[in-house]
Amino acid sequence: MSDQNATPEDNTELDDTAAPEPEAAVVEPEGPKDEAREAILGRFVDALGEAVVDSHIVVDKDLWIRVSADAWHEAGEVARNALQARYFGFLSAIDWMPSPFGRSMDSEVDRLLEAKDEAQAPEDAAVSAGTSFEHGFAGGETRFQVFARVAHIGEQGSNWGVTLKVDVPDDSLALSTWTKVYAGADWHEREAHEMFGIDFTGHPALRNMYLPTGFEGHPLRKDFPLLARHVKPWPGIVDVEQMPTNEAEQLSTEESGTAEGADS
Amino acid sequence: MTAVTDRQKLQYIAAKAADARVNVELETEGMILNMGPQHPATHGTLRIVAKLDGEQVVAAEPIAGYMHRGYEKLTEVRTYPQITALVNRIDWLGSFANEVPFILASEQLMGIEAPPRAQWIRTLLFEMSRVANLILFLGDMGVQLGAVTPAFYAFRDREFVLDQIEAVTGGRFHPNFDRIGGLKDDLPKGWLVETKNVMNKVRSFCDEIEGLFMNAEIFATRTRGIGVIPADVAMQYGLSGANARASGIDWDLRRDAPFGFVYPELDWKVWTHPDGDSFARFWVRLQEVRESTKMIDQICDGVPGGPIMAKVPRIIKVPAGEAYVATENPLGEMGFYVVSKGELAPFRVKIRSASFNNVSITPWLLRGVYVPDIITILASLYFILGDIDR
Repeated sequence: MSDQNATPEDNTELDDTAAPEPEAAVVEPEGPKDEAREAILGRFVDALGEAVVDSHIVVDKDLWIRVSADAWHEAGEVARNALQARYFGFLSAIDWMPSPFGRSMDSEVDRLLEAKDEAQAPEDAAVSAGTSFEHGFAGGETRFQVFARVAHIGEQGSNWGVTLKVDVPDDSLALSTWTKVYAGADWHEREAHEMFGIDFTGHPALRNMYLPTGFEGHPLRKDFPLLARHVKPWPGIVDVEQMPTNEAEQLSTEESGTAEGADS
Repeated sequence: MTAVTDRQKLQYIAAKAADARVNVELETEGMILNMGPQHPATHGTLRIVAKLDGEQVVAAEPIAGYMHRGYEKLTEVRTYPQITALVNRIDWLGSFANEVPFILASEQLMGIEAPPRAQWIRTLLFEMSRVANLILFLGDMGVQLGAVTPAFYAFRDREFVLDQIEAVTGGRFHPNFDRIGGLKDDLPKGWLVETKNVMNKVRSFCDEIEGLFMNAEIFATRTRGIGVIPADVAMQYGLSGANARASGIDWDLRRDAPFGFVYPELDWKVWTHPDGDSFARFWVRLQEVRESTKMIDQICDGVPGGPIMAKVPRIIKVPAGEAYVATENPLGEMGFYVVSKGELAPFRVKIRSASFNNVSITPWLLRGVYVPDIITILASLYFILGDIDR
């Protein structure tokens, strides 16, 4: 209930602006602390120094650390050797550019909401037209980010996981490979390579996993159109069913925080 | 200490040279063996290209991608409630289990929690899909070794479990039953009693399988010491689930990260095996089916009353943020990394499926094994093609 509503703007080194627990709000205005995760973050900072650019903690849930692109390989080594996070979860990438095709959704609900958004948010369009993108937890500066998840598996109860993020330089779109650190990163990097066009220098063979050889384009980039959505309307339009209005009103008043009540 | 004389040294070198000459004369050219994509042993469309030296594999390369459906792209143009219909096609044998981590990640971002009854039933169906999934593995392992009988037993008894899942959700394979904030429906009348009967059948199936396999000499020689994965290698490749536990890694997300489930309230244990070979992987899964039936019995006795749906807005907009939630699915750790920008559809969903990591170890694992063992090793790793390709 507490901290998931933190917006990307709230990110600070120690996440002291996360929405506090209701009962703790009076006593401790800074919000709850997550000592275990802060300790892990501290160990990363000790080992990597300046290379830790930003971080984010969602209390009792998870930890994000963003490192600089030069230190990506080193961050993997630190995680695996110094912090004993020997379990490799996954590695993938994200394209922070807003989709130029809009939401590609055409159900009635979407159109309603879209009309609302357009009326109130002309500045959003300005942001997406520029070069700065709205990034997620732990911030970012570039269009593409690579993120990986590793975990420490040890004594029962002492396990932890961390999501490491890194900005991929816009000009080169290249990072050093993690295959020397975590052998399992091999396939994940191949996948990120073909889906996002990110180069992993030092990877033994960046062949396509899914796409035919010679396929042009990188499907998971936001500017790659999902053609199925453009050639025929989404059949999910019929999904929207009307509910009794009194119940809908009830819900929208009770859930004032997130409810949209767009059906009124 | 006896010093080696020059004469002995020369003799040794001469012997080695003679050996080498024989080897050169008998040298065979390496052969490329192509298995799949339609090979019956890969139950799906996985292709293995193995370079052989005689009967031994020098290098093996699994080629996936014949079933890539692009779910990560498709989620970006669907609303959150629509996505469960997509993701339960990832691991189609235990499909309810696929929906749960995505729903939990969305719930975590929205800051809501399912009511207790929904959590109990969710855990119940989660374990039911594990049983339905792993029963097929136990039968299928026999088929890969040339024993057809267990497969018939497996299909027979899995049907009872699927019937129960169908009675609740309306779908044998694709329930699409989990919702943000709870479940679609409540359980039908008399279902819990029938489920406990079915669990008895599953337990006797496990006994049958144990009788067929554990005392069989052929099974032991074909699986003991074959395809050994040390714990450290398993961790590096991100092996999870029973594959990791069979390598002695005491790691089960049901116990270690039970967020959204009722596992801490149940009496059960995590089974591990120190060997890390094909046999261990089979044995661990056999014990897990038994453990699951025990859990299901306990849940049937303990399901509390109450609502099955929390109060959620009718149009679900997930607040901006990121969340990674992984659960212990039948095949291993399945996680959803959901990035939301506060819209109707997620901005990006990374699906961390268990089989992708589990199969990515095969180039390492198949090096040096004999050709017939490729089949048993792949069968014991137990992957679903939809779970590799997504």
